Amino acid sequence: MNELAEIVSKNEEKIRAEWIRDMAKSTLRADLMGKDELQEQCRVLLSNVITGIKTSGPADLSAAGWTPAREFLQDISVSRARLGFSPAEVATFVLSLKQPLFAALRRDVKGNQDQLFDMVWTATEMLDRLALITTEAFMAAREELISRQQQELLELSTPVVKLWDGILALPIIGTLDSARTQVVMESLLQTVVATNSKFAIIDITGVPTVDTLVAQHLLKTITAARLMGAECIISGVRPQIAQTIVHLGINLEDVVTKAKLSDAFALALQRSGRKVVRETSAPVSPISSLFAKRED
Amino acid sequence: MNVLKREIMPLKNSNDVVLARQKVRQWSIGLRFSLVDQTKLVTAASELARNALDHGKGGEMTMEELSNGARTGLRLIFEDSGPGIPDIEQALSDGFTSGSGMGLGLGGSKRLVNEFSIESEVGKGTKVTVVRWR
Amino acid sequence: MERIPVLRMGSLLLITIQVDMHDKLALQLQDDVTQRISEWGSTGVLIDISSLEIVDSFIGRMLANIAAMSRVLGADTVVVGMQPAVAITLVELGMSLPGVRTALSVEAGMELLFGATSPTQSGLGDERSQA
Repeated sequence: MNELAEIVSKNEEKIRAEWIRDMAKSTLRADLMGKDELQEQCRVLLSNVITGIKTSGPADLSAAGWTPAREFLQDISVSRARLGFSPAEVATFVLSLKQPLFAALRRDVKGNQDQLFDMVWTATEMLDRLALITTEAFMAAREELISRQQQELLELSTPVVKLWDGILALPIIGTLDSARTQVVMESLLQTVVATNSKFAIIDITGVPTVDTLVAQHLLKTITAARLMGAECIISGVRPQIAQTIVHLGINLEDVVTKAKLSDAFALALQRSGRKVVRETSAPVSPISSLFAKRED
Repeated sequence: MNVLKREIMPLKNSNDVVLARQKVRQWSIGLRFSLVDQTKLVTAASELARNALDHGKGGEMTMEELSNGARTGLRLIFEDSGPGIPDIEQALSDGFTSGSGMGLGLGGSKRLVNEFSIESEVGKGTKVTVVRWR
Repeated sequence: MERIPVLRMGSLLLITIQVDMHDKLALQLQDDVTQRISEWGSTGVLIDISSLEIVDSFIGRMLANIAAMSRVLGADTVVVGMQPAVAITLVELGMSLPGVRTALSVEAGMELLFGATSPTQSGLGDERSQA
């Protein structure tokens, strides 16, 4: 489409001026981006588009001639997103190039209506695809942010607590999938080493369902801890969970389980050779001393 | 998918297996894998290198640094021209028992990596390819 | 020829593995341990793997073999100091080393073997120190 390239490049200045003028009339988001920066983005994009059409034609946007345009669009998608533009606003920025471009075509196309129509169609397809690049870049950046936040959430939601010298507790809240199990295992085992703790109580009160997969994940953690020389006690086994476990035929023979965390703690204390003793002397209540008779 | 770097190492004796482990460790550190991921990959490499040596009567390991858009990864290819594996399904499902047990370690290695593929022909040899992505 | 040293402390054999072992070295260690148990009448074997960054199925089997063989010869074995990444990987590999006792540290391992921290005080009874 040499004619398209010729017309667009001949009219570059005019197209750009009209484009900027049109944008000033509609929502420019001047609150997010200054006029100078906006004009510069227009200039660069239009120039890249012209390069693209001239070098590789308007149809194949994956060709080398379109690389500057693609990269520029990806950059501004990310930078505009950071500034607070919505993906629709970024796409509109690209699409708003259509009007001045078509105006130039209408003025300069030599030939009949059919030829004009063909060129407008080619130009519209090209600009639509360019606008879609910005949307895709936006989504990719969003997804990366979400996945980063998910990772942080995973790490934050599995705290390992030291209950006593050599006794750790790991309350698990929420579902235990394989990604979470990895994080749980690493976190628990590293703390075992760091605190030289022989006992780890894994409390599953907050785990909604325990099926064969979850049980496998728990068993992996327990086995890994055992290989290191630490013992795990599972606590917080609710009645429904107990039923499910038996129902599914999950074998927890080698695993010590307790219904309550306090029972598990008591067991760990006992196994590490400790006893909790209540003081036998009668405590002096501070209230009763207020009513004691004054020895006059 | 691009291959950014490639190196081939022989697996002719048990010392080569140690060298292979060290090389894989080096490369995975370079690619900034987490410690657990490094350990998993190096262990898988050790299993597969040993297989190539013991069952495959010697072979070689090809290491490739991969880039797939934003992701980077490490691909290891273990090739030997040994007797081959007659029943791949069975070899993959062979578990390990702790003391005895002759499993080829293939099933285990598969769990240590993200991608695993194996081609084998009796009398011709075996080729195992594994990839770990960062 | 290089080998992993096997040290004697009373009735305990202490082995610290610090090198990346090739298969022959591992088999040599198995041999040496069984020899020494017979020679010295050891009743406890403590293998410190806190420096090992890789334990694959071969090394895993070696550890299990040493534990089994020692038991036949009348000695107990404890493997200590497995690194978290190694434990996670072994489990994923499918090895749980059921016949092998483990402990977090050399001290914990000795306590397990002898019920006290000194291997020359074996059989001191069950008085656990109030720690």
